[in-house]
Amino acid sequence: MERKEIYSVSSLTREIKGLLENRFPYVWIYGEISNLRIPSSGHCYFTLKDRNAQISGVIFRGQASRLKFRLEDGQTITGLGRVSLYEPRGTYQVIFEFMEPKGAGALQLAFEQLKRKLADEGLFDPEGKRPLPRFPRRIALVTSPTGAVVHDMLTVFRLRYPNVDLLVVPARVQGEPASSDIATALALLNRHMAVDLIIVARGGGSLEDLAPFNSERVARAIHQSVLPVISAVGHETDYTIADFTADMRAPTPTAAASLAVPEKKRLEEDVALLTVRLIRALGQRLEESRQRLNATSRRLVDPQKKIYDHRLRIDELTQRMARAIQRVVSGHQATLAWRFAQLSKTSPLLAVARGQQATDGLTRRLVFAMKQGQAQKRATLIRLEQNLKALSPQLVLDRGYSIVRDVKSGGVITRTSQVEIGSLLDVVLADGKLTAVVERKDDGKKEI
Amino acid sequence: MAKKKFEEAVAQLEAIVEELESGDLPLDKAMKRFEEGVKLSKTCSETLDEAETRVRILTGETEEGLEDAPFEPLDQRGAE
Repeated sequence: MERKEIYSVSSLTREIKGLLENRFPYVWIYGEISNLRIPSSGHCYFTLKDRNAQISGVIFRGQASRLKFRLEDGQTITGLGRVSLYEPRGTYQVIFEFMEPKGAGALQLAFEQLKRKLADEGLFDPEGKRPLPRFPRRIALVTSPTGAVVHDMLTVFRLRYPNVDLLVVPARVQGEPASSDIATALALLNRHMAVDLIIVARGGGSLEDLAPFNSERVARAIHQSVLPVISAVGHETDYTIADFTADMRAPTPTAAASLAVPEKKRLEEDVALLTVRLIRALGQRLEESRQRLNATSRRLVDPQKKIYDHRLRIDELTQRMARAIQRVVSGHQATLAWRFAQLSKTSPLLAVARGQQATDGLTRRLVFAMKQGQAQKRATLIRLEQNLKALSPQLVLDRGYSIVRDVKSGGVITRTSQVEIGSLLDVVLADGKLTAVVERKDDGKKEI
Repeated sequence: MAKKKFEEAVAQLEAIVEELESGDLPLDKAMKRFEEGVKLSKTCSETLDEAETRVRILTGETEEGLEDAPFEPLDQRGAE
């Protein structure tokens, strides 16, 4: 077995130290104390042994002072410590943090084992915890009816919240029958649903004192309880199986009383506050309604104003319309004027006037012409009259000629053939007429 | 029981206040709820005023239920 590395004493020791301390950071160990030495430093040095082996042990002054018993030779203890190697001496020892006298070690072991078992079963699960009633009306105190615990709790209840009824359920809380008493009480209360909250309480004590609260029976009774359970065991730091199982763990019995009920003063404040909020909320609601009403009535209820508005609007529209029309009209007027001017230039009246003038001229000319024509005609007529006079039969008659007419027919006789012998004839002379009878006719011979 | 009433009354009062504060209620309903609220508030206060802790001790169990008796701790500061 050759080794390349050659350890120094220190390096080997250091390596051993590392191995030991890492392998056994904390261990529970039990054994009998012997060779106890307590020098002036106050640290306790001893040897822990059993039948076949021994190991050095030390508990330093600080930890030793917290022990609930006095170390003595020959005493069997269970303790929690870490294995440590002291290099200058090459010795190893257990440095204890905590120690309990004989029996307690077994209890502690049992405690740890039961705790693990119940935890595995789910007895400590947060989901399984029942909520505490906000205002419990009746609370059962499962505890010893004698002693300070129940008295102190009653005091807290009376001060804090007198509105609760309490039922003390006597149970022994120490010794062998305690587990049975507590379990029975829990079962009884659940059977009758006699309360709405249960507090299981006792004062503090050693691990042995608290044994009932670390029992499986009590743990299961608490877990099975339908009624919520507060565990209130010991003083502050002691945790029991009952604590883990309960729906709520109170560090002390009086703390349990405080946890169980609300503070009356707070409730009164709450009620007062709620009342204030109630009144304020209604006030606000009313104010809102009033405002809405006002707004609505402003909009709705004044038709007069509406009419007035309409009237104004109509006026405005009318004016706008008038202006608009005026604009249109004046536009048209301008156009019209322009057109009129245009038109005037080509007006038929001008033609008429011109025509009139022409007509006047023509008329004058016509009248003149007519007058002239008349004179000429008159002259012609006179001449013609004279001509005519010259042709008149009178003149012929004057010159000795006569006109012969048939009396019967009146016809002028110009031919002999026109008359018969014996016919009556009118002979018209220059100064009158003669009636003659035809006596004879001579054709063709004339004697003028 | 009066205590039960208190719990319910406070819960109802809270509900009413929240309802009113939400502003969703028509006014007539709001007024009605307000009246209810005032009554509840009165009930709550009265309930809180009235009570005196009654402490009984369990003395036995019968067919009808549990038997109890008035209780005062005799040994007020005694050892267990």
